[in-house]
Amino acid sequence: MSGHTDMILVDENGMRIDGRTATEHRPIKIEAGVLKNADGSAYVEIGKNKVLAAVYGPRECHPRHLQNPTKAIVQCKYNMQAFSVSDRKRPGTDRRSIEISKITAEALENVVLTELYPRASIDVYIEILQANAGTRCAGLTAASVALADAGIPMRDIVPAIAAGKADGQVLLDLNKEEDNYGQADVPIAIVPSTDEIVLLQMDGNMTREEFDRAISMAMNACHEVYDLQKDALKRRYSTTKKEDDADE
Amino acid sequence: MSNEVISEIKRDHIMNLLTKGTRTDGRGLSDIREIQIVTDCIESADGSARVKLGNTEVIAGIKIIPGSPFPDTPRSGVLTTGAELIPMAHQSFESGPPGEDAIELARVVDRGIRESGMVDVDALCITEGEKVWMCFIDIYALDYDGNLFDASNLAAVCALKTATIPWVQYGLGEEDTPLPITCMPISVTSCKIGNALILDPNFDEEHISSARLTVTTDDQGNFRAMQKGGKGSITVDDLNDCLDAAVEKGKEIREKIAQIIG
Amino acid sequence: MDRRNAKPKRELVLPGDVLDEDGAKAGDYAYAREGKVYAAVLGIKNVSPLGVGVIPLWGQYMPSAGDLVIGIINDIGSSNWMVDIKAPYPAPLHVNEVPWKVEFGDTSRFLNIGNVVLLKVLSVDESKKIQVTMNDSGLRRLEGGMLVEIAHSKVSRVIGKSGSMIQLLKGLSDCRITVGQNGRIWIDGDEDRAAVVAEAIKMIEENAQSSDLTNRIKDFLEARLPAYDEEE
Repeated sequence: MSGHTDMILVDENGMRIDGRTATEHRPIKIEAGVLKNADGSAYVEIGKNKVLAAVYGPRECHPRHLQNPTKAIVQCKYNMQAFSVSDRKRPGTDRRSIEISKITAEALENVVLTELYPRASIDVYIEILQANAGTRCAGLTAASVALADAGIPMRDIVPAIAAGKADGQVLLDLNKEEDNYGQADVPIAIVPSTDEIVLLQMDGNMTREEFDRAISMAMNACHEVYDLQKDALKRRYSTTKKEDDADE
Repeated sequence: MSNEVISEIKRDHIMNLLTKGTRTDGRGLSDIREIQIVTDCIESADGSARVKLGNTEVIAGIKIIPGSPFPDTPRSGVLTTGAELIPMAHQSFESGPPGEDAIELARVVDRGIRESGMVDVDALCITEGEKVWMCFIDIYALDYDGNLFDASNLAAVCALKTATIPWVQYGLGEEDTPLPITCMPISVTSCKIGNALILDPNFDEEHISSARLTVTTDDQGNFRAMQKGGKGSITVDDLNDCLDAAVEKGKEIREKIAQIIG
Repeated sequence: MDRRNAKPKRELVLPGDVLDEDGAKAGDYAYAREGKVYAAVLGIKNVSPLGVGVIPLWGQYMPSAGDLVIGIINDIGSSNWMVDIKAPYPAPLHVNEVPWKVEFGDTSRFLNIGNVVLLKVLSVDESKKIQVTMNDSGLRRLEGGMLVEIAHSKVSRVIGKSGSMIQLLKGLSDCRITVGQNGRIWIDGDEDRAAVVAEAIKMIEENAQSSDLTNRIKDFLEARLPAYDEEE
């Protein structure tokens, strides 16, 4: 977030470099149930981000000392594949992926009915196949579809998206250029049935008014993402289980 | 590649079918599973392929980056292969640095590609002794139902075959060029279960097999890499059968790849 | 009431969907908040006298006392065996819960890793610690035959209304079929016939939501089961 560039990110008509208006998100594609072994899985594209999420569990918790006698724990591993970014990323965990894994697991644990599975673990794996600003939101969006696909009891499905600021304007779902040369980024995730916020980060520079706009923009967009998540799960159901309404 | 317990009933059922020349999924002993290939699926990579071999799924991506040559080969580019058995792919895979299975997998895939001279590394020199193209092959297992060796080999060679050298990105040229490819090394893996030899084992078959042999051939049907795995042994007759199968199936797979990616 | 006309619509619901706003109680896989009942899993809405809930389409098997389950021994201790019953928790089978007199440390002489056993869930406590037993009639080690795995949520479909489906499978195939509540099914009998039954069970799993399934399975079995030398 360098904050200044010669690059024009928003033109005089309010159009962004990829042809979006301030309140438009990038094209989103969601597919549920894409892997065989995992108990639940999902594939998500948001613009040029390509993300796979898989869920295993509830299952016996390893290592054992993490077991909670009264509820399940949600563990998450976010990983960027070596070829997902323009410079090759060295395989293995780094501080950034550990932080993202932590806040993702916390957001998901908020909605999972963990008290149904004492001592167990619900393991969420997020693999970033291609990154283009916004992978943590794409990852969380995919992970919550994968949880629902796994049949894990949860209060709601969690959508996530970011709002931010570039060229001094509040914009939804920053792309790579806007993220690199913009002034702020605010990823959020919500529980749509209550509008509670379960993930929130912010970096950059925003006034109170800008921040308020960013939040309301992102929350509105979360509801759009939510509809796409539900569509994906319903499609999965209709393709695997041929609804046959012939009379008995 | 994992310590899954296969039930005695399933084991006996598989062995019983093998004596009748068939398998649980209806295949004959030397049938391989359906192959699906999607290339150029990752734009951030310089080459990529997602491959399905039955229910086993693997993704491979190529990154080509300028770097320094090794002192003893100042005119040659550098090839590096890595493989990760990520926990997404199977309940028995754990996160963390690659273990011995992942390292063996990467090395066997690497050997076929390197020894066949698939990538013309001498054409990857930018400035002799100073700057060459370094070609990283990164393989991730996404869904594991046996035979990651052949699935990974397929993903890697298809990703290389469709890769381009990013001259423009690094300001080293006016135009990106295809990665120079000389041949298609294809591995074919056999497993021994009881006295039967089968090709392209699925998860259950792999886990009850006593020995495994991966044989990589080039376009001429010459042998370029082999790896015997497992604690059991194979006879010389088994070996001959595996070699014949590798040549024959290798040719079929090469034709299949040509149909899909040209 | 005419059952045909009253056939309830199968309503697919997702976590977070509102199931009821009129003060109904939350049933299985549902939760109540501020006077409304919401779905907690992907499944079919289910209204019963106990409340409004969801029948899950898939998900993990959760054992409850009395369940008949098929397990696979995956570890051996000196006074118990660990059994995988496809649940989130391991199920220990204690030496006191088998029909043999087992000396301390002698467990592997009786049951070994990979053996398949038909068990009953004895108890599941508050922290989901499970105990299973082999001390009841019919419980035993299963040998030979075939083992099929399906989603546990589809088990009721394989059994059918008052056992209609399972009777059909058994009757037409002449195979012994034992259905574990945990989604493992053991089929024993003529090999070719057992293979057809296994296929039929997979068909039931995949088409569990469709009506007229019993007739379709009947047609399938009649077309595919190898004929005996003489017609019945």
